[in-house]
Amino acid sequence: MWAILTLLVENKPGILFKVTHLFRSRNFNIDSISVGVTDNPEYSRMTITTFGDEKQVEQIVKQLDKMIDTIEVKHLDEHKTVYRELSIFKIKLSNASDSMEINKLANAYGGKIHDVRKGSIMVELTATPDQIRAFEELAKPFGIIEVARTGVAALERGGYEN
Amino acid sequence: METMTGARALMVAMEKEGVKEVFGLPGGANLPMYDEFARCNIRHILVRHEQSAAHMADGFGRVSRKPGVCFATSGPGATNILTGLATAQADSSPMIAVTGQVPVAMIGKDAFQESDIIGMANPVLKYSFQPRSANEIPLVVKKAFYISETGRPGPVLIDIPKDVQQKEASMIFPDEFKILGYHPWTDPDIVHIERAIEMLLSSERPIILAGGGAIISSAFAEVQSIAELLMIPVVTTFKGKGAFPENHPLSLGPIGMHGHAEANKMMTEADCVLAIGTRFSDRSVGTFEAFEKRLKIIHMDVDPAEIGKNQTTSVAIIGDVRASLRIMIKMLMQKAIKRTEENIWIKHVKETKAYWKENLKLHPGEMGAAKILRKLRELLPHESIVTTEVGQHQMWASLFYDVIQPGTFFSSTGLGTMGWGFPAAIGAKVARPNVPVVDIAGDGSFSMTENSLATAVLEDIPVIVFLLNNFSLGMVAQWQRTFYNRRMIGVDQGKCPDYVKLAESYGAQGIRAQSMDELDKAIKTALKSDVATVIDIPIDPEEDVLPFVAPGTSLADMILPS
Repeated sequence: MWAILTLLVENKPGILFKVTHLFRSRNFNIDSISVGVTDNPEYSRMTITTFGDEKQVEQIVKQLDKMIDTIEVKHLDEHKTVYRELSIFKIKLSNASDSMEINKLANAYGGKIHDVRKGSIMVELTATPDQIRAFEELAKPFGIIEVARTGVAALERGGYEN
Repeated sequence: METMTGARALMVAMEKEGVKEVFGLPGGANLPMYDEFARCNIRHILVRHEQSAAHMADGFGRVSRKPGVCFATSGPGATNILTGLATAQADSSPMIAVTGQVPVAMIGKDAFQESDIIGMANPVLKYSFQPRSANEIPLVVKKAFYISETGRPGPVLIDIPKDVQQKEASMIFPDEFKILGYHPWTDPDIVHIERAIEMLLSSERPIILAGGGAIISSAFAEVQSIAELLMIPVVTTFKGKGAFPENHPLSLGPIGMHGHAEANKMMTEADCVLAIGTRFSDRSVGTFEAFEKRLKIIHMDVDPAEIGKNQTTSVAIIGDVRASLRIMIKMLMQKAIKRTEENIWIKHVKETKAYWKENLKLHPGEMGAAKILRKLRELLPHESIVTTEVGQHQMWASLFYDVIQPGTFFSSTGLGTMGWGFPAAIGAKVARPNVPVVDIAGDGSFSMTENSLATAVLEDIPVIVFLLNNFSLGMVAQWQRTFYNRRMIGVDQGKCPDYVKLAESYGAQGIRAQSMDELDKAIKTALKSDVATVIDIPIDPEEDVLPFVAPGTSLADMILPS
């Protein structure tokens, strides 16, 4: 099972180290991790995606929750969550028509074109990891030179309803 | 508000926490802190190796249930305490380690005696602090003690750069503070306790499994009340040994790899277990799958992460186990539930217990392990504290030394740290100077921290080392005999050193006991002595610890003496 975890942590040096260390020492997997400060500069939010069966994910959540530096840990329900990852693809331009083709493809996925050169083009795509993978498959025949991905950032839908 | 140095603030803050003793060893990076011993009411107890300081603090903490404190300098001083921190973490022992660090500006420069102890120790700590300015120290100390001793206890490291120790600042010693992400206590869920009672009442063969958590939370009276009210037999884990008086008619002793035969047997026959403060470690339960299908598990623990970690449970009760048991007892009282008649299960349990008391084959010689440890039990007052090292002697202690007064037996059960018992005994004696403290030791383990004899003698801490000497690394030898076709590699320690002479060279008392008579006299002499004593007891190097549940097998498949 693929799981999205969201962690509210104290914004102090060394916390990222402790979180990743926990995954290593407890034999859990990190699929992706992203960290950024929240509206309150005292806290950071980490979004971690991981693989494991239900029992493992439950253990990961409990172990993270036990950490003194984590203020809140949640296993997010994919269907009630907005989650996105930013990716940048550098793709080869071999034929004259490639630029046009890639442009179309990027548009179809809601991507943006950056830095068109003689031999390469850069596409920025903010989407779900699934959509990014799909785009990657379609871009492969052109020749992908480099990819950079940020990892998922996620927030639960809805909010305070009082 | 008062102006003082960071080092002074550390000492004042520790005094406020009630610290009276610190175990440690000075060096360049913690000298400003050491200088403060000259003008505070904290006694410094000098060790010969920092690992022993950590074990002493650990032993002190387990006995007093308040964090023991150890000091070490930066670099190698700090790395030397790592084993002690890991031991305390594995056994949930409250401890504060204070290390010196190179000055802030030198951190990360590979300075002399610099080690990233915060990074290295992270996985074996409950928490760590590295104050970067002197005025942080009072709050850091307050938080460190609170974190170490609340909830599931554990070691906390305070790593203080030398310049932070030296700098003066206006200090505020706070009484109140918040730690947002730390919730050590959960109120037990009443509904779950009710369900647990129903489960226990409707089961035919219930059993109580008391773990280390029962000892940490001092739930002795509560465990006994539940057992007696519902007439349920009690087994313990090895860490839980002594959570329940082992001379009680309902006591079966520890289960596990070297559990009591009757305990392992009854554990495998039970249909419902009330597990109190245990993590179902592999050494305790073997492969649980063999019988867990028909076993309903009620799991009480203070640590929510233990629920479901190693074992799927039917009912989980999260919270301090003593508090949970008290609620359970109250409910039973309200329902006027008290069993007085022995049912078939209890009769069967008692018969099984009696059978093994009669029929467990023991070493035929005069100086067999069982006879030696039963002699010790006979002569030691019930309130005496016993620690052990790690190895065969430890398992023999589990099998043959009955703990009668709960909470008087301590061992490195989780990490299995050889060399723990002796310094831990010294720490225990400091915490409770008026009772005899005995380290049940083996020669392999004792060799690892024997230089703590210097501490015992110079600091006037008269503990007894009860050394079952088989001149070898006995447990490894047993595995080589059992699993490696008697190919004995790296286990022979020879008759080196002579432990009587070794003790004497430190100014301690050394006595060799080669017969039961000599042993009797030696124990009596040691108990009367006001100096640390090593009783060297040569035993048969071929004696195995039995019963034995081979690793990766079920408790039902235990190997018995033939």
